[in-house]
Amino acid sequence: MTADVQTISEPRVSPMRDPRMRGLIIQIVMIIAILAFAAWLINNTVHNLAQARIASGFGFLSTRAGFDIGQVPIDYTANSSYGRALLVGITNTVLVAISGIVLATIIGFIVGIGRLSRNYLLRGLCTIYVETFRNIPPLLVILFWYFGVLSLLPHPRQAYDLPFGAYMSNRGLQTPAAIFEPMAILTLAALVVGIAGAVILAKANRRRQMQTGQFRPTFWPSVGLIIGLPLVVFILTGFPVTFEFPQATRFNLVGGWQIKPEFLSLFLALSFYTAAFIAEIVRAGIMSVSRGQTEAASALGLSRGKALRLVIVPQAFRVIIPPLTSQYLNLTKNSSLGLAVGYPELVAVGSTVLNQTGQSVEVVAVWMVVYLGLSVLVAAFMNWFNARMALVER
Amino acid sequence: MEEQVAAYVAREYKQPLPPPPSEAGLPGILRKNLFATPFDAIVTVVLGLFSVWAVWKLVQWGLTTAVFTGANREACLAGEGGAVGACWAFVRAKFGQFVYGLYPIGQRWRVDITLLLLVALVLPFAIPRVPYKRLNVILLVVVFPFVALVLLTGGRFNISGGWVAFLFALAAFVSAVLAAGNAAAVPRLLKAATAMAVLSLAFLLASNIISSARVDLLAFRFSLLSLLALLAALASVVASLLSVRGTERTGAWTIRVLIPPLAVAAIIVLLSGDFGLTHVPTNLWGGLLVTLVVALTGIAASLPLGILLALGRRSHLPAIRLFSIIFIEFWRGVPLITVLFMSAFMIPLFLPDGVNFNQLLRALIGVALFSAAYMAEVIRGGLQAIPKGQHEAAQALGLGYWQMMRLIVLPQALKLVIPGIVNTFIGLFKDTSLVYIIGLADLLGTVRRGFSDPNWITPTTAATGLVFAAFVYWVFCFSMSRYSIYMERRLDTGHKR
Repeated sequence: MTADVQTISEPRVSPMRDPRMRGLIIQIVMIIAILAFAAWLINNTVHNLAQARIASGFGFLSTRAGFDIGQVPIDYTANSSYGRALLVGITNTVLVAISGIVLATIIGFIVGIGRLSRNYLLRGLCTIYVETFRNIPPLLVILFWYFGVLSLLPHPRQAYDLPFGAYMSNRGLQTPAAIFEPMAILTLAALVVGIAGAVILAKANRRRQMQTGQFRPTFWPSVGLIIGLPLVVFILTGFPVTFEFPQATRFNLVGGWQIKPEFLSLFLALSFYTAAFIAEIVRAGIMSVSRGQTEAASALGLSRGKALRLVIVPQAFRVIIPPLTSQYLNLTKNSSLGLAVGYPELVAVGSTVLNQTGQSVEVVAVWMVVYLGLSVLVAAFMNWFNARMALVER
Repeated sequence: MEEQVAAYVAREYKQPLPPPPSEAGLPGILRKNLFATPFDAIVTVVLGLFSVWAVWKLVQWGLTTAVFTGANREACLAGEGGAVGACWAFVRAKFGQFVYGLYPIGQRWRVDITLLLLVALVLPFAIPRVPYKRLNVILLVVVFPFVALVLLTGGRFNISGGWVAFLFALAAFVSAVLAAGNAAAVPRLLKAATAMAVLSLAFLLASNIISSARVDLLAFRFSLLSLLALLAALASVVASLLSVRGTERTGAWTIRVLIPPLAVAAIIVLLSGDFGLTHVPTNLWGGLLVTLVVALTGIAASLPLGILLALGRRSHLPAIRLFSIIFIEFWRGVPLITVLFMSAFMIPLFLPDGVNFNQLLRALIGVALFSAAYMAEVIRGGLQAIPKGQHEAAQALGLGYWQMMRLIVLPQALKLVIPGIVNTFIGLFKDTSLVYIIGLADLLGTVRRGFSDPNWITPTTAATGLVFAAFVYWVFCFSMSRYSIYMERRLDTGHKR
């Protein structure tokens, strides 16, 4: 028996028909195109910079800035360097971002839960709030606070009196300043000890409950440790703090802490605007927990508060956290709108530096690096938090 | 034997009892929804008082103490001891600026026509029942932008011969691809068509590097090489035409192949032709006009770019995936303001001598790239939701990558993420307000400039102008979001259990 053996030669295939070859070719072509484009841009930039006689490089960061900044949380004078000025800008950005995140979260959670209330009025007002703020630009809200509200307040001489010796005028909010004496450090130490004690107590109680099923109260002892202990130390060391109250002089209010209207308008606008989005996220999160969970919790005999705390909220949080992260990042990035009202955050300071030195490439690079860095930081923190909250599956 | 007999058998339906008095009627509804618990009652009373107070204040501000007519700030100043609410006279006086900016008053009809055209094209597109969707989309996406460009700027663009040749070379490629769709097309002529198109591009590349003699042809200034490129492109089109000759339905195929070059010719005529419109430079544009131009360009550019980036991010080719990831994450990580500053200050540095982009165009580039990155992430979400089986089934049918994406995956993926896409549009529309920071006069910018006008400075002017602007933005964004909810319900076929 003979078989007609015939070697079949591989059919010749054009390389463009072979997926692997084609992929390789496409990638090489794309890389070459991108590199060529980048080279063209860099070539043009170098040429244009040379024509405009602008020295590139970051040397300008150490030269004298020569301009003043309205709000300086760290030491800065006009004699400081450009680098220092940018650092002030970064600090201000972080300041408004953190305070904005705190207020936005508080308002957002209240409104979000309010939208799920059975109360007509509460639900209606929360809906109006969300639908209003979600559909207007944040910049407009900032301008409204600044030009429409805060700049209409009376001059410092007729400033509104607020409780606790604070004043509100068109120069901003002026509150009494607390001046701590050296002994106050003990109170701070007591606070740290109290927090550490509360954490240890909570862990111990939890372990005990896991092992034996016995429940021991954690909440009130923790309150005692965190608030009571520092308070006792504070009283024992003899109230080591004095308050400096703002004094009305002929033209202005002097003394105390001053919160400028630029900061206030940016802070309030960003919080109110972002809170509308957070409210929607919270609402979606709570609604994502099915009713069966609530029913199962009450079937197990958990009280309503415990059911919320132990069953509903942890599950809602899993849905809430990822979009909440991006809202926090949005708020941080939107803080750059402070430029429009003259709040000296990174972009505002940077644009002054840019106008003075003409180093546009370098200043833009600083902006990008700082914002990308902040984004990565917040994202990393929230990812860590998310990983802790995530469902541990088998 | 009888079955066990029940002691009691109901022979008719029982009449339902009336609801308990605490549940019935208005008092019941009120109790259930407003005063269910003592805490609820407190909340209701406090919020009720607050609402009444807020509405009263709003009415007072916006209507009873507001000023509706007046020629300047005098009208809106408070008299002795009186308080003045909104200064609507200001909005009325500046209304033209808020809509058109500094667009010459005699020429504003051009903006009106453009806006009317836009509405006339968007409305039938948005209403699902209206037929001719394909024609509608072509008019809206292909024809309208050029018409609007010519109407708004006045046309008479100075198009160089190189650009003419480039557009025709692109058209030649498209024609060749279309002709290749005909299974009976002559392969040799198809190859010739492709070769000629490539040759045309090569000539163009050469013409950018080597300078050659100038040739004037039909009011366009060609260099010798770009003229050669144009000829090659035309030859390619002719080859494509010949390749489909003698097949079935020759007439239809001829028209099909001819469409791209004819479209390019029409575009060139439209852009360079003289329609007797005076030139209006973009720095005179302003108000709602600029807001709409920036938003619509951003929307139009971000969708296709976003789709490409999303596909790139899910590609199997590592270089393409890496490039897409870096591109997307870079733009998403920085605020729009820095992007706008970058486009305002750095694009001039990037461009060679003699090439100048005006301020509006630079802002448009920044906005388009920025929103494309956000759009890409939304679309990627949709792509991830499509099960692998869909890809495999498409491949089993013998579809290529682009066919698979175009016919199977993207229609499903885009449908899933319509709410996300519309949200991105809304975000983009709101973000257009930032262009005022780099000196363009959009709606917010003109309002901002308006209330700094010394003729109109009063304590309430700023708030009035901003409330007006907020209302305009709100109307646009709110209607977009309602429309997206409507579409979501309509397209929700089979994903809800």
